[in-house]
Amino acid sequence: MLSRTAENLYWLARYVERAEYLARTIDATLRVTALPAAYIGKTNEWDSALLTAGVAGSFYQQYEEANENNVVDYLSFSANNPSSIRNCIEAARLNSRSVRTALTSEMWDTINSAWIELQAVWSKGTSTREDLAKFLRFVQETSLRFDGSAYRTMLRNDAYWFSRMGVHLERADNTARILDVKYHVLLPEEEHVGGPLDFYQWSSILRSVSALTAYHWVYRETLKPWLIADLLILNDTLPRSLASCYGNLVRNLDQIGVAYGRQGPAQRHARGIRNRLEHSNMNDIFQHGVHEFIQEFIADNSRLGEIITKQYLI
Amino acid sequence: MAVAFDEMNIPGGDLRPAYQELARWLKETPPEALEYRRQEAELLFRRIGITFAVYGDSDSTERLIPFDVIPRIMSGKEWTLLEKGLKQRVRALNMFLRDIYHGRDILRAEIVPDDLIFQNPVFRPEMNGQQVPHDVYVHIAGIDIVRVDAEDFIVLEDNARTPSGVSYMLENREIMMRLFPDLFARHKVAPVERYPDELLAALRSVAPLSASSEPTVALLTPGVYNSAYYEHSFLADKLGIELVEGRDLIVKNNEVFMRTTEGLKRVDVIYRRVDDDFLDPLTFRPDSVLGVPGLMSAYAAGNITLANAVGTGIADDKAIYSYMPDIVKFYLGEEPILKNVPTWRCREPKDLAYVLDNLSELVVKEVHGSGGYGMLIGPAATKATIEAFREKLKREPEGFIAQPTLALSTCPTCTASGLAPRHVDLRPFVLTGSKRTTIVPGGLTRVALKEGSLVVNSSQGGGTKDTWILDE
Repeated sequence: MLSRTAENLYWLARYVERAEYLARTIDATLRVTALPAAYIGKTNEWDSALLTAGVAGSFYQQYEEANENNVVDYLSFSANNPSSIRNCIEAARLNSRSVRTALTSEMWDTINSAWIELQAVWSKGTSTREDLAKFLRFVQETSLRFDGSAYRTMLRNDAYWFSRMGVHLERADNTARILDVKYHVLLPEEEHVGGPLDFYQWSSILRSVSALTAYHWVYRETLKPWLIADLLILNDTLPRSLASCYGNLVRNLDQIGVAYGRQGPAQRHARGIRNRLEHSNMNDIFQHGVHEFIQEFIADNSRLGEIITKQYLI
Repeated sequence: MAVAFDEMNIPGGDLRPAYQELARWLKETPPEALEYRRQEAELLFRRIGITFAVYGDSDSTERLIPFDVIPRIMSGKEWTLLEKGLKQRVRALNMFLRDIYHGRDILRAEIVPDDLIFQNPVFRPEMNGQQVPHDVYVHIAGIDIVRVDAEDFIVLEDNARTPSGVSYMLENREIMMRLFPDLFARHKVAPVERYPDELLAALRSVAPLSASSEPTVALLTPGVYNSAYYEHSFLADKLGIELVEGRDLIVKNNEVFMRTTEGLKRVDVIYRRVDDDFLDPLTFRPDSVLGVPGLMSAYAAGNITLANAVGTGIADDKAIYSYMPDIVKFYLGEEPILKNVPTWRCREPKDLAYVLDNLSELVVKEVHGSGGYGMLIGPAATKATIEAFREKLKREPEGFIAQPTLALSTCPTCTASGLAPRHVDLRPFVLTGSKRTTIVPGGLTRVALKEGSLVVNSSQGGGTKDTWILDE
């Protein structure tokens, strides 16, 4: 396969995944900010939404303060924010156009239809909460459709594996980011101070990664920070956990390695990260410091992106 | 201007045989149903993304070509004649190109004047004496045909560089079959869907000698911003070949390779949709980033086939066009089956004088122009436009030819006020491989949607129709 095709497929998948994550983040933030002040305290949830999206720096170059209006606009519709939902969908469509031959018609249809539909939204923005909710749902559904069509219609060959790698690398990054921003509420067991404030913070973390119901199925307990951390970092049955993303990344890279008859630094690096996740437990991670652990993970993860690019995409 | 030939109706009220079933169907179908399908067709085109870009049109980078749901129908007999004429014409085109870049018999015989070749910007001196694989120059030709009466098909243009529109021929058929299954059931329409197979077979057949027995074919596109990008990706997909951009290719030791996830892979045949000028910055325009540095030396070394060959523009130049009947006779010793439009060459003082005196009745075209840009349609132009054009013509007469305004035939077409006749032309696609020349029955029918208009180019607001050749 052409290197450029693989690169486009990989980025296309990343952009769609990122758009969905942004929609989830906004959704979860809206829920928390709708609560009475006593439940959320003085923290500015919109600030933390910007942080988890990784765009706080560029946002504050344009705005004085973060509030619902300007953050929703910046994350959803802004043409100036390279990772706004709008720009993600635009970029996804441009990538799709340049690799149409590698996409199934269902995948192209999903992206192109979403792009056509969203044209109308970003010229007007959303004036009501209902409109906004509808928009956010639409973005999430687009991602589901895209993923579903890839899963159901693509040949299981390198095109599929490169696109899956994009999904898992981006997903790992998103999960790690939200953990990093919220790590201060994920305190070690002994220091835990439960209260409604923490509870809603925790549930918003889980909502952002679509794991609130999953939590209850896995732990059958009330929300506890160390269990949340365990779920999102180490539990490989949760599709958005770091462990699950790395299980998949290693598998995809191995499949490519077998198909091409050659392994390389990307395979080794991914396996290294997965092994570290496999051999960790939450105790060690808390000992080491959640923040430090996540920081290292984010750096390792983006390093894998660079290695994949060098090995296959250029 | 003469009354246009009506493809459906015989003057006096009778129908031409090929259209009888369609007429019956139209009578049974309420106008609302037709309108509903028209809208459905538009939605399908937009969703599939069958779009083209219009240069210099800032508000919409991607536009739909309007699609008319009423098919244009031709009898098998008419097609057989046309097919014979097209094959003859393309054979002559290929022989002419081979000759121009080698022995130049036709110049010595003084059939075509020297300066029209050597001073022509689309003539490529780099191709002098260059052997092209299997001596095929024009692998894909899109010959624009108009019909002026029951017997006569006339060639309007020979597109021998990178003719486009075949994706519309194929998609129009797909969409018609989806929307009008009952109409198809009532006709025996010759299929066009084997075009991609024929194209791939033709391309593989012209692989260079140094290629392996399983030659690798790729389609070279300028990229997503090109007006015909949709067609490029559509064809690559149907052919099952890589759609490459210049940056995906690299030349090493006079061989061409593409960059893949598994390393470099040799390419043997390039179906290029990039113009000569942009193919290789080392040979042609140095500022171009669309091409591949060194491609021309790989070509010279005989390690790559370019389809169409470099330098074919000389054959579809509008100044050369007027010599085509002589070219056919010279190489084949046969009478041309397809006629030419009478053409005045403005480079010849006698012709220029006539053209300047009759501007309001003529169509004047730029010799090197394409897509309906830079032309004057006398009968439809204002006085001021005609005067401005007159100045242009006087300044640079050799840049123009003139033709009478032809009464292009008309076909029934959906309009805001119901079915009405609109002018059409036809672009069939002629494929030439190492052993044979093939044409799938049909082509792209373009239709001028404005009443009375003769301009069918999509860039000028023309639309398309499905073209049916009846299998009798």
